Amino acid sequence: MKNRLFFFSLLLFILSVFMGCGNSTKNGETLTILNYGKYFDPEALKLFEEETGIQVDYEEYESPEEMYTKYKAGSIDYDLLCTSDYMIQKLIGEGEVLEINYDSIPNYQNISQSIIDASAAFDPTHCYTLPYFYGTVGILYNTDEVNAKETDTWNVLWDKKYGGKIIMENSVRDCFLVPLKQLGYSLNSTDKTKLNEALQMLTEQKPLVYAYFVDETGDEMAAGNAALSVVYSGEAAYAQSLADNLAYSVPKEGSNLWIDSWFIPKTCKNQKNAEKFLDFLCREDIAAMNFDYVYYATPNTAVYDNLEDSVKNDTTIFPDQATIDNCEVYIALDEESTNLYNQLWKELKSN
Amino acid sequence: MVKKISGRIYLTIIFLFLYLPILVLIVLSFNNSKSRVIWGGFTGKWYVSMFQNETIMEAFITTLQITLTASVLATIIGTLAAIGIQAMRRRGKAILLGATNIPLLNADIVTGISMMLLFVRFTKLGFSTVLIAHLTFDIPYVILNVLPKLNQTSKSAYEAALDLGATPLYAFYKIVWPDILPGVLSGFLMAVTMSLDDFSITYFTKGAGVNTLSTMLYTELRKGIKPELYALSTLLFGIALVLLLVMNIGSSRKNEINN
Amino acid sequence: MHRFKRQFLSGPYIIWVIGFVLLPILMILYYGITDSSGSVTLENITAIANPVHLKSLFLSLKMALLCTVICLILSYPVAMILNSLHLKHQSFVVFIFVLPMWMNCMLRVLAWQLLLSNNGIFNTILDTIGLPKLQLLYTPSTVVFGMVYDFLPFMILPIYNAMDRIRTDIIDAARDLGASQLQIFMKIIFPLTISGVLSGIIMVFVPALTSFVISNLLGGGKVLLIGNVIEQEFMQNMDWNMGSGLSIVLMIFVIASMAFMNSHNKDGEGTAVW
Repeated sequence: MKNRLFFFSLLLFILSVFMGCGNSTKNGETLTILNYGKYFDPEALKLFEEETGIQVDYEEYESPEEMYTKYKAGSIDYDLLCTSDYMIQKLIGEGEVLEINYDSIPNYQNISQSIIDASAAFDPTHCYTLPYFYGTVGILYNTDEVNAKETDTWNVLWDKKYGGKIIMENSVRDCFLVPLKQLGYSLNSTDKTKLNEALQMLTEQKPLVYAYFVDETGDEMAAGNAALSVVYSGEAAYAQSLADNLAYSVPKEGSNLWIDSWFIPKTCKNQKNAEKFLDFLCREDIAAMNFDYVYYATPNTAVYDNLEDSVKNDTTIFPDQATIDNCEVYIALDEESTNLYNQLWKELKSN
Repeated sequence: MVKKISGRIYLTIIFLFLYLPILVLIVLSFNNSKSRVIWGGFTGKWYVSMFQNETIMEAFITTLQITLTASVLATIIGTLAAIGIQAMRRRGKAILLGATNIPLLNADIVTGISMMLLFVRFTKLGFSTVLIAHLTFDIPYVILNVLPKLNQTSKSAYEAALDLGATPLYAFYKIVWPDILPGVLSGFLMAVTMSLDDFSITYFTKGAGVNTLSTMLYTELRKGIKPELYALSTLLFGIALVLLLVMNIGSSRKNEINN
Repeated sequence: MHRFKRQFLSGPYIIWVIGFVLLPILMILYYGITDSSGSVTLENITAIANPVHLKSLFLSLKMALLCTVICLILSYPVAMILNSLHLKHQSFVVFIFVLPMWMNCMLRVLAWQLLLSNNGIFNTILDTIGLPKLQLLYTPSTVVFGMVYDFLPFMILPIYNAMDRIRTDIIDAARDLGASQLQIFMKIIFPLTISGVLSGIIMVFVPALTSFVISNLLGGGKVLLIGNVIEQEFMQNMDWNMGSGLSIVLMIFVIASMAFMNSHNKDGEGTAVW
């Protein structure tokens, strides 16, 4: 009997090896993409593969820091990357980014000029990046448990009555922005005493925190596991689509405005294919698919113009001008400050 | 009598502890509602969407490929190695056995990182690096399962066969092989078990787009409720149950015959 | 002549060991004692003295110890009871405890998340019978709990195996000579199962000490174990030298605990799971 099992598994083994061969021989062309989690509709990826015959090796990461490491490790040659403003600025500064040939991306005309202008904060000459989504960081709260007025300020995250019901961002800068703003400092502070003050506040807050999350937050909020959370606007919109009793607010002390963009790194083996993909994702139908999937503010005017007014006016997704004016964009940190942030992050987590 | 009953109760509690989470997953996989606590009626739709979900299916196939390739190769290399080790002199044996223990006893995270550091130096990460890493921690399990059986085989029977004119290969096949076969098989199963369950080492050595079930789940778990994953759990549990049952019935029958 | 040939069979394995076991260890040592510019330094190893790292190391040691003790306390009676059932097929016992391992570890974690979350199954039950809800998920205790769940079979099986090997006639003989139950346990059963206990301890303590996945998924980002620090240094802070340095320290701890165990294991015989 054991013998038979042995042969059975041998058979399975041979079968699976054959299956593997069948899998990897489409037409040999591949595109290796690294993107945030939950940030591209898998259906759209499949469409791209079908339309072009290019096989996509798709990989996801959680925080910009993680992406930087994955890229810098050099163990995988990425063709196309999508990440946030300050991390792109850092990589451009390090000479890791190739110029995009916008002429080969006809659908680029769909991208809103105002967002392209705003990208100047991290790509001043605008020759390296293609804006993908933008949004804010704010508080997502459960309206059954929290009064809308309270969420006007970040201070509510230190309110003891919500002990064990608060979710914070599990990413260094998005977590530190809360106390920094609460203290009235810039979210780009690198001053040691200011940052230590922020750490002090976060340490005080830690016993009240249910968990530090990134992509899980929306579902946890919808399931009613927490009352308050710090989230990206799109995560908030996603959560609202799951449950009716959730609302989003950007506190008056100000917050972060971020723009996530695509860029072609130096390791790209086939820039033409990478640009083909960029053109594909700017195409109206694909951009619409992705908008429906990720629910962040899209800079794609073709998609925006065709939206229903109720969506257009949803300030969770599309922040109004006053909110945008009250927000800061992240600036890349130098190495010393990065290390300081990392050290403080570890101190918070080990307390 | 009281002792016996309390013993049974205790066993039941431990048994529940081990199987309750699995039971929950199985129940939820047939739940028609996305909720974790509300029963929305019976459905099989999550199974359908699981089979249609490319992320899950790809990871499933990759896992099968890696696990089976690694275990089969590890069984071959490991069995040969065990035969060789047994014939070695004391010192060589001690050194090689020491080295064999390293991947077993070392922390997974350290093994994974050390291999990543090596791979990054010389090659790109991908499917093959994961396979090499799995082989590396699979082989020791095979060796350690085969070696005790080898030590139990009677040397004189093998030598007698040689004296009677058998070729070493024939003598090995007729005399040694039947004795070590159970060890080879349990080594193989051990390798399968370890490969299936590994996360850390795969996590550090995998390339873009290569995902085993463990690494796929690690990313998917953070992305919210996916009832397809409950269906996947049930499927995996079913497969494991059938395979292990077949094996057990097989081996116990054999034992009865032998007795 | 054929003696030489048989040794030759381990050739492929020897090459494998050199290439994929020893060389990687050398790589980690190399990274651990150099800085990013390649010059030799001990900073990465002494970085363990950084209060943050020390704290997480102690937390890891504490949790691993707690997990091991709980596993041992739970497992020993299980092994004894199972043994007293005199099952015909020992493999059936193995089967019961190995079966959950064939399900992916991530899925088992998922199940506990479902059971323990604030609005999860346990809390819903508490709520319906009128008891206050508890925060069961994302606490340090949850992490220990998850570890116990994951590693329990590694403790039960070696102890059970060791017990199964004790010949019943020895116990019968002791009883005939008038030994009490307690005496039989203290003088025969316990000493003869020590090797199983020790290998169980190693198989639980080492993975618990070095785990980072369970603390990530069940700790809610609030529990920083030494494994999490190392993972962060590699995957987020891009400081491979520091990560390697800390890995070396971790390796030393693993070797030390192993040496300690082995010095107490007079049989010198490990017990395999299968």
